[in-house]
Amino acid sequence: MSFLLVQALSGLATAATLFLVSSGLTIVFGVTRIVNFAHGSLCMIGAYLGWSLIERFGGSVGGFWGSVALASLGAGALGAAMEVGLLRRLYRSPELFQLLGTFGVVLVAQDAVAWVWGPEDLMGRRAPGLKGSVDILGQPFPLYDLVLIGLGPLVLGLLWLLFTRTRWGVLVRAATQDRDMASALGVDPARLFTGVLFLGSALAGLGGALQVPREAVNLHMDMAMIVEAFVVVVVGGMGSLTGAFLAALLIGQLQAFGILVFPQITLVLVFLFMAVVLVLRPHGLMGRAEDAPPAAAAAAPVLRLGNRGGWIALALLALLATAPLLVGDYAVIVLTEMVILALFAASLHVLIGLGGLVSFGHAAYFGLGAYGAALLVRHLGAPMPLALAAAPLVAGLGALIAGWFCVRRSGLYFAMLTLAFAQITWSVAFQWSGFTGGDNGLLGIWPSAWASGKAVYYWLTLALCAGALALLRRAAFAPFGYALRAGRDSALRAESVGIDVRRHQWCAFALAGSAAGLAGGLYAFAKGSVFPTLMAVSVSVDALVMILLGGVQTVSGPLAGAALFHLLESQVMRATDLWRLLLGLTIVALVLLFPRGIVGVLSNRRERS
Amino acid sequence: MTPPAPHTPSDPLLRVEGLQVWYGHAHILTGVDLTVGRGEVVALIGRNGAGKTTTLKAIMGLAESRRGNVTFDGRPIGTLPPHAIARLGLGYVPEDRRIFADLTVDENLEVGRQPPRPGAPHWTPDRLFALFPNLAAMRGRRGTRMSGGEQQMLTLARTLMGNPTLLLLDEPSEGLAPIIVRQMADAVRRLKAEGLSVLVSEQNTSFAAAVADRASVLEKGQVRWSGRMADLMADEAVRRTYLAV
Ligand SMILES: Nc1ncnc2c1ncn2[C@@H]1O[C@H](COP(=O)(O)OP(=O)(O)OP(=O)(O)O)[C@@H](O)[C@H]1O
Ligand SMILES: [Mg+2]
Repeated sequence: MSFLLVQALSGLATAATLFLVSSGLTIVFGVTRIVNFAHGSLCMIGAYLGWSLIERFGGSVGGFWGSVALASLGAGALGAAMEVGLLRRLYRSPELFQLLGTFGVVLVAQDAVAWVWGPEDLMGRRAPGLKGSVDILGQPFPLYDLVLIGLGPLVLGLLWLLFTRTRWGVLVRAATQDRDMASALGVDPARLFTGVLFLGSALAGLGGALQVPREAVNLHMDMAMIVEAFVVVVVGGMGSLTGAFLAALLIGQLQAFGILVFPQITLVLVFLFMAVVLVLRPHGLMGRAEDAPPAAAAAAPVLRLGNRGGWIALALLALLATAPLLVGDYAVIVLTEMVILALFAASLHVLIGLGGLVSFGHAAYFGLGAYGAALLVRHLGAPMPLALAAAPLVAGLGALIAGWFCVRRSGLYFAMLTLAFAQITWSVAFQWSGFTGGDNGLLGIWPSAWASGKAVYYWLTLALCAGALALLRRAAFAPFGYALRAGRDSALRAESVGIDVRRHQWCAFALAGSAAGLAGGLYAFAKGSVFPTLMAVSVSVDALVMILLGGVQTVSGPLAGAALFHLLESQVMRATDLWRLLLGLTIVALVLLFPRGIVGVLSNRRERS
Repeated sequence: MTPPAPHTPSDPLLRVEGLQVWYGHAHILTGVDLTVGRGEVVALIGRNGAGKTTTLKAIMGLAESRRGNVTFDGRPIGTLPPHAIARLGLGYVPEDRRIFADLTVDENLEVGRQPPRPGAPHWTPDRLFALFPNLAAMRGRRGTRMSGGEQQMLTLARTLMGNPTLLLLDEPSEGLAPIIVRQMADAVRRLKAEGLSVLVSEQNTSFAAAVADRASVLEKGQVRWSGRMADLMADEAVRRTYLAV
């Protein structure tokens, strides 16, 4: 009994931090309508800043809390700078660009933090005066956690006062509802939003700095935090503070008790909880329909290659096929990966370009294909052809299940749901180490003897990928593809002429998933190993960047984008450790240069809708 | 061509010259010219879709792509953002009301509040509640729970909290019961008596006739006629050409 109570209390302490970080995210979203991926990075920076300050000044009570406050203000200032430099230019951009732009900042922050503080986990000091524990029904409970538990409601109360009792708060709420009207009344929305980013980021930094005495500060905090905060915000209802508070409480308890019952899959529990809430209450616990983000920006029309295009494709294929005769092994390996990534990018393009569905978790299906093949080899000793055949099936099945949930929602919620499912598959691969090898992955997944030559495996890859691409292209210009596009441009109009939009989107999700799965299976044998990082958010984002580079408007765009991306990646990575920093800056530059989409069509379309 | 406009003020408070607006590729205003003198009420009249709302929005800086000269109190405002224009003393009351539905009446007024402005009447919530007694009873009520007429009054009151010298009023009578329309007309005349200048867009010529000194008639994105309101009411031919449905 007392054990359960202590468990519940520790859940409350987790909930407090979770609420601090999520409240910042939900405030920023409520006002700017941007889901700020970099929010987790700001939390991580708050933690690192807090660690440094606490190391120096944290010996005394005043020094400790002063350090926490200063770290929080530092994160706030960075957030404000980010608003001025980046977000301000993206308020009217398609969601894809907003998400990508802020993800670019995540990448930059990862390398920057590693550069300043080094890659090792940093253990911080305990809070002076709060080092001991109190006795709760015979069980010890850390005093510091007790303080955290009190802090959650305190911050909620202060925020409530801020938003209802101050002029600033009233202006923020007004601008949240109708930015243009507020500005016509003399309110400068830009300054207001900078202030909101400061507040939201300071809350993230506070949440981070308060973790220093509890657990080691590390470089994975950013993604871990942002993903959990997303879940809290989505479950609570986007933009709702009380919703975030409730959701944080629930999820804190779910984690505290989930770890007792299912220690292997605590992360899965959290995401399943979110998926269930979203299906039952589409706008979250406290969200309202009008708070829902706008539907995904329609992508540009897909241009059809003429006959000439067909000939060019064939010529290119022939040229690629002769490559192993002309270049060395290293180049053949790079080409193999390029071809695989081209299929991966093209499969995502089915969703984005044709369906207007921006997925932030497409790596899940790439990874499912790779793991599907690798697990067959490892546990059943399956030969390569069988494993390769299974890859698209496993991934397609996964996509069928996840897609059933995801296509029920559109726009940002769709992006968040796909991300959640990708995190589920990632956490299974990561946590279920007995079966999947966990962090160590599965090694020794080599091709059959007949395909073990680099050139032969490349030809096999080329043949399979070209076949799959031809299929995808056929689907794009079949009635199926036209129906998808009709649903993308206007779901209402498509429904009225008898198209079952949701069913088509579900099929597209499964199709894109299996194509990604085939790419994943081929990738596993090309590398000889699989790791959970194959399903990481950054891989999903890589695919988005490939599409962005190539342009959304043609079926061949993603192919060129994938080739360019992989070429850059393999060359830059050889030259520097700061690949993520460079990639991040490139992404930011891309969205700043083309804030309304690579092609003008994209933005015009959005204006009209 | 615009016929020579009699009675145009020589030193107007608002002067609009060659105002053009595009929505995407659609050229909506092709060149609007008009003036509003100090203390004057001018009606902007035209059929549905003539461009009245677009004109007012463009003056306020709310149109995405605009071109042309707009001067307010002698200062060019054609390229300023909306909040800067509002802070110069231009008050905008949109046709679709757009009160902040989640905010209470008091909070809505607070959003509109600006410092007192020399040369303009100074408004406080108490003075506004005297002007619109209906609102006084619902200070703590949220916008979602107000009738159309109450919302229209709140929109006007909220804009007045900025102590404007010129009011841009977009179809204040639209969709309101006759009795409320009469109250709105009374309010506009009271504001004029306080020294406010008003540019009011209307389809309803009788409302315009009840409040305006002069009129500018808009058709297909241009002002086709301007002159005294009384002359417009007397000129059957002009009204038939530009206003009859
Ligand atoms: N956001 C927009 N995008 C494209 N066209 C628009 C937009 N808003 C208005 N228009 C077009 O501009 C023209 C002028 O519209 P406006 O709203 O200014 O007319 P109005 O005179 O105020 O009409 P009403 O009496 O119906 O309010 C119309 O043809 C309208 O269809
Ligand atoms: Mg109008």
